[in-house]
Amino acid sequence: MNLLRELWVVTAKDLRIEARSRVTIGQVLPFGVIVLLLFAFALDPDRGILPRVAPGLFWVAVLLAALLAVSRAFALEEANGARDGLRLSGLDTGAMFLGKALAVAIQLFVLEVILGAGVVLFYDLTPRAAEVLVPAALAATVGLAAAGTLYGVLAAGLRVRETLLPLLLLPVVAPVMLGATRAFEAGLGLNGAPGEAWPWVEMLGLFALIYTTLGFLAFGPLLEEA
Amino acid sequence: MSLVVRLRSAVCLLGRFPALAGVDLDVEDGDIVLLSGPNGAGKTTLLRLLAGLVPLHAGGAEVLGHDLALDRRSHRRHLSLVGHDTFCYDDLTVGENLRFAARAAGRGIEASDTALERLGLERLRDVTHGRLSAGQRRRLALAVALSRDPRLLLLDEPHAGLDAEGREVLDRVLAGAPAENRTVIVASHELDRARALARREVAVVGGQATATLDPSRATPAPAVTVEAVPR
Repeated sequence: MNLLRELWVVTAKDLRIEARSRVTIGQVLPFGVIVLLLFAFALDPDRGILPRVAPGLFWVAVLLAALLAVSRAFALEEANGARDGLRLSGLDTGAMFLGKALAVAIQLFVLEVILGAGVVLFYDLTPRAAEVLVPAALAATVGLAAAGTLYGVLAAGLRVRETLLPLLLLPVVAPVMLGATRAFEAGLGLNGAPGEAWPWVEMLGLFALIYTTLGFLAFGPLLEEA
Repeated sequence: MSLVVRLRSAVCLLGRFPALAGVDLDVEDGDIVLLSGPNGAGKTTLLRLLAGLVPLHAGGAEVLGHDLALDRRSHRRHLSLVGHDTFCYDDLTVGENLRFAARAAGRGIEASDTALERLGLERLRDVTHGRLSAGQRRRLALAVALSRDPRLLLLDEPHAGLDAEGREVLDRVLAGAPAENRTVIVASHELDRARALARREVAVVGGQATATLDPSRATPAPAVTVEAVPR
């Protein structure tokens, strides 16, 4: 119970800062939309290929936006020695990890809904099989947020944080890209039937579970070294 | 009286540089200790060691009953550090920063409200930290520290940047600490002001073993020595 309370203290703090600074809505979201538009321009002005590759392009846009969101989540701990304040707060470090990851996941999920609408609009795609797409998106989002938060704290405090984070994170989340893209392809009927998405959803769930556990255990020691 | 701080030949490295080179220090419960000494002597590192923010390299260090060689996290819930940074978030208001600190320490909103009033920050409750002046930030940092109701309060140059009213408020906080069962260790260059409040003074001087003084009597007191950085 205490863990949940402390988790929410951190999540509420990060979301409040985001609500006031509007970095996700004002910068990360436009970035994702621009990525989708650039793909549309580059790949297929006649919109023939786009619907077929839309799931992969959507998740690339989400992944790039996730890099910005994770980087932002730790950048706000840099000013005024806030990271030391967090260390001194007395909060359980597992709760810190879960709280920060949850805040990132909530922001990412909102981004995915809006970018998803963009995909439907720009790529001429018809949404269907929500019972498959929503669990796949949730599992992928939790996996991205957990891995991002873990590698985010690993890179925190380094002067090369912004350039190091993508190098560390992108290879690690390749399974999320693969699984989420395949699940969406099946769910949208682009590559198999919606029912064929479930093994990919399970893989995404397993990835999320592994990185959530790893982050819960490793966040404290990594924060001390940051 | 029980010991809140017990250091024996404590060594701290910043990189490969020995910022503290063999510190012995005992601080009793309810004491107010002034750390004096020139810039770079190791006062800030000593406070950060006590807060568990820098690791102990050699020697022994016990704070609030916790051995820092084994665990430098568990005692943090019971202490507050006011350092050169405020540890606050620019995009949160004064009230929100205080509530976050109090809730993180397992205390209610009333703790943050009390600290807000005590430091005279009520009219700034809805102002974001990023818009505060340096002195107002200093007051907020102190309010954040008090909102956690710490047993051990570590203050690093707390008078810096404060106006006359802010200094009066700070002095009242320091003077009232023993009655609140709070131990205070304060590093300051404002010696006259700090000596008037401190019960003991520990000089931290690079390369020299130093005496512990009773500021009110200005005579050496036994049992505590601090040996700081060889230059």
